[in-house]
Amino acid sequence: MSSPLDDMYRDIIMDHYRSPRGKQPVEKADIKSDGSNPACGDELEMQVDVTDGALKQIHVDCKGCAISVASGSMLAEIVKGRPLEEARRIAELVRRMLKGEDIELPDDLGDIDALKGVRQFPVRIKCALLSWVTLIEGLENYEKGQGVGEKPATTEGKE
Amino acid sequence: MPTNTNNRPAAVTKARTPLDMHRVKADFPILEEMINGHRLVYLDNAATSQKPRVVINAVLDYYRRKNANIHRGIHFLAEKATAAYENTRARVARFIGGVDPEEVIFTRGTTEGINLLAYSWAEANIHEGDEIVISEMEHHANLVPWVIMAQKKKAVLKRIPITICGHLDLSNIDDIITPKTKLLAITHMSNVLGTVNPLAELAAIAHRQGAVVLGDGAQAAPHMAVDVKALGVDFYAFSSHKMLGPTGVGVLYGRRELLEAMPPFNMGGEMIREVRFDRITWNEVPHKFEAGTPDIANVVAFEAALTYLEDLGMDKIREHEIALTRYAIARLTEIEGLEIQGPQEAEQRGGAISFTDPNVHPHDISTFLDSKGIAIRAGHHCAQPLMRILGKTATARASLYIYNDESDIDALVEALTDMRRYFGV
Repeated sequence: MSSPLDDMYRDIIMDHYRSPRGKQPVEKADIKSDGSNPACGDELEMQVDVTDGALKQIHVDCKGCAISVASGSMLAEIVKGRPLEEARRIAELVRRMLKGEDIELPDDLGDIDALKGVRQFPVRIKCALLSWVTLIEGLENYEKGQGVGEKPATTEGKE
Repeated sequence: MPTNTNNRPAAVTKARTPLDMHRVKADFPILEEMINGHRLVYLDNAATSQKPRVVINAVLDYYRRKNANIHRGIHFLAEKATAAYENTRARVARFIGGVDPEEVIFTRGTTEGINLLAYSWAEANIHEGDEIVISEMEHHANLVPWVIMAQKKKAVLKRIPITICGHLDLSNIDDIITPKTKLLAITHMSNVLGTVNPLAELAAIAHRQGAVVLGDGAQAAPHMAVDVKALGVDFYAFSSHKMLGPTGVGVLYGRRELLEAMPPFNMGGEMIREVRFDRITWNEVPHKFEAGTPDIANVVAFEAALTYLEDLGMDKIREHEIALTRYAIARLTEIEGLEIQGPQEAEQRGGAISFTDPNVHPHDISTFLDSKGIAIRAGHHCAQPLMRILGKTATARASLYIYNDESDIDALVEALTDMRRYFGV
């Protein structure tokens, strides 16, 4: 039987943490969205190249704990290439899953199931959420015609 | 460089404590709790301390045998409760070096004591162009009120910088504390660096320039003998819950003449002498500053905490913590690459030891240690400006108290070593 600790720090998570995906810069940054959890000290920088209504390339640079880094890395892997609408829908699903809703996630979401273990550690959920909320805000601002949000996204306090 | 090994090298000598550790540990029921299948190793004392049985029982005893509202009731229990409440005040007055009990104001904690000072004393005494001096190592509790007050009054907020070793840099102190300085508000012991500041020396410098001095004693009062008169401070604030007492209780000491000249902070019952619709006169100090029903039960139980500390002896507690801090720093230094903040010499600091691992984030450290029953703190420790100066977004912090011993430090070091294996770094 695995411990709650092992459920959270699964091999997949640690692999993403040690070699995060999405580090390479994008050619054109149509969406720029930053995330910040000042209480943790986590900082996240996200840039997206939107071409033909899809996320052609995504750059995620997260300075933070294993969970926030791994979550951002998974995000980069999962949403790359998807249409804006679909990326938005997936991000919302993951957000609700992390917040404790019993949600069936689509099968094609790569390693995302590995993040479920975080839910046993209430204070760490915000770490896993940061990149997804940063993406949601970035997409919202893009729809409104703003390339970049006024304030960085955060999952601390009232969200 | 020391090598990373599980065997204790000869260089790290055992911590010699003057306390009877077996007896002390037995006085704290929570230490019998199992956490995630391990014995509790509680190293988060700078956040709050655990409570000995005598304090827990004092709360129960108050509600079972003494409960009534204080000061105004004319019946047996009201007199008993009032006597118990005022008994704690007298006890606090002795504990901080023998001041007049009327110079002891009960608050909800250090934060409220400092806010009282900001909204009462500073509101009346700080004017445009005046200077308020703090240091770079302040907790937000002794920082935010002064940032706000300085903005409100168009006063100038000045900072005493820190050296690379985590001490206050006093080399330019005469440029910082000047005749324009109205207030020096400074921590007696840093909650991040552990540094014990030369409060008496600073108070003397500030007084020469005519400034008033506030000592933030939240971290110092629990761990060393404090004599506010010897320190020469005008105000000194601290919290019960960090020194074995209940939460919800703090103390603001103030020199009588300053307190008497200050307007009240909260308005309501108890703080008045006579009320008419058009004219109100204030009660005497300290009651002028204690509007409404205070946390009577917890004030009463705080007396049991102070008695417990004095029975052990504050000087012995300090000696115990110096020995254990020295041991902890030596053992943590064995872990290669671990960076310890603040002074490395135990005599110059308290037992709040902040550290970072180059490869594991403080929150991951804290979660991993928790799985081994070890409680530490991770984050910015309510000192964000200091964190920026240190170049860290967060640190892990182990902080010691009377019931900690070498076995707790050994458990911490062993777990940190396991952690690196676990995270493969």
